Amino acid sequence: MTINMGPQHPSTHGVLRLELDLDGEVIKNTRPNIGYLHRCFEKYAEKMDDYSKVVPYTDRMDYVSAMNQEHGYVIAVERMLELEVPERVEYIRVILAELQRIASHLLGIGTFGLDLGAFTPFLYCFTEREKILDIFERTSGARLLYNYFAIGGLIKDVHPDFKKDTAEFTKTLRPVIKELNDLLSTNQIFIKRTANIGVLPEKVALNYGASGPVLRGSGVEWDLRKNDPYSIYDRFEFDIPTGMGEVGTIGDCWDRYIVRVREMEQSLRIIEQALDSMPDEGDVTEAVPKRIRPKEGELYARTETPRGELGYYIISDKSASPYRVKARAPSFVHLGLLPAISKGALIADMVAIVGSIDIVLGEVDR
Amino acid sequence: MKTPEEIFEHLTSQFGEDELSFESRDIGQPWIAVQASKIREVSKFLRDEPDLLFNTLMCLSGVHYPKEEELGVAYHLNSTRHNHSIALKVRVPENEPNVPSVESIWKTANWHEREAWDMTGVVFDDHPNHKRILLPEDWEGHPLRKDYVQQEFYQGIPTGE
Repeated sequence: MTINMGPQHPSTHGVLRLELDLDGEVIKNTRPNIGYLHRCFEKYAEKMDDYSKVVPYTDRMDYVSAMNQEHGYVIAVERMLELEVPERVEYIRVILAELQRIASHLLGIGTFGLDLGAFTPFLYCFTEREKILDIFERTSGARLLYNYFAIGGLIKDVHPDFKKDTAEFTKTLRPVIKELNDLLSTNQIFIKRTANIGVLPEKVALNYGASGPVLRGSGVEWDLRKNDPYSIYDRFEFDIPTGMGEVGTIGDCWDRYIVRVREMEQSLRIIEQALDSMPDEGDVTEAVPKRIRPKEGELYARTETPRGELGYYIISDKSASPYRVKARAPSFVHLGLLPAISKGALIADMVAIVGSIDIVLGEVDR
Repeated sequence: MKTPEEIFEHLTSQFGEDELSFESRDIGQPWIAVQASKIREVSKFLRDEPDLLFNTLMCLSGVHYPKEEELGVAYHLNSTRHNHSIALKVRVPENEPNVPSVESIWKTANWHEREAWDMTGVVFDDHPNHKRILLPEDWEGHPLRKDYVQQEFYQGIPTGE
């Protein structure tokens, strides 16, 4: 029997249709159908008459981690222009990117629990995420789609209380992570639903191009912030959490989940170090170029977003608009490996598997 | 860890210099241009050679070059074992846009190649599921071609504003 899961289904996290071939309750084959949210990002990018006008479109790809999307794009263009970015800007960007990573993971973890019937952790997560959105709102004026990173700097300086607010937030989050571990991570019902489910072995993960928490959940210590450092990530001390199969097999849903929980702690460490050494003075717009016309050439620039490797492949033909912008979205790649890990699972487990790869359909369809 | 130049040397010692060339422009990263017919062999070698071990295909993109009447495919490879990366590029004429699929080497190419077909119209030979991915199956044309004209109606629905 073949059934449809989606396009409107509470646990597909967006408009995604999965065709499931079933034998009783067991999934024999999965065919994801995507494209419902296709908004022609790459075509629009080519049509823009200025590289900086692409930034707001990048926000709308992965709309729950817009800061990270912007970060990747501005880094790519800055490398094409061989542009030096002021120290203060780099620090602010890293703090924002890590706050956004925490916000995105809180959302991912919260909804993952919700999919499996744990309602309370979701509320805890959203309370904390709200505090991050408040910090972003005071600084950029927006809560979800910021358009705050400029090529060569930032649109404007941060809110005067930015440092104080962020420091306060780092203090309140730690106890919540502990609570979250007590409520969800070690919860027997949750473990029963996620351990040994959707196992993704290391070899398969690499062959399918997995990255981010999905790859690390399979036990591979690979993080672009460490392995291919960009911005100023090489100045901070932090660890790369990987899946160890503590309650089941390496690379199961629980491993992917716990990697995200532990990454939040590491992000807090980065934020605290960055707050300590961030320069207080400096114009964040001084390096923003008036005209952006890179020389002829092309590059592939990749950054670590909450979902994995976000790559921008940009070709410049010396004109003011990019010749080609290709966005390599981690969610697109991860959804492609869904058929490989869902074979033989039960329909109810499909919900856990989709939740554990933490996809955002805006990024899949672009 | 190897530089792109060293990787190119390694490749030419295996395949000769007829079908490969090392190219770069004013800025950005260099790439290795490969003859379309050789891409699968070269990819397999890059993946399996112990000194190279390109175990992941990070990105595969289709590009249209209307001036030369050509389509291009760019492959961005990465090795998590040696922490090095390289770009390969293939160019094929618009009227015969056939490139061998590398799906059998990196499974991730399955969806990337479908997207490149959907958006630019590159045909990937031996692809197990050569269908559009983001657009509906009965859509006309390939939007990321520079000369693309959007169809006025899709199943009777106006597509413009």
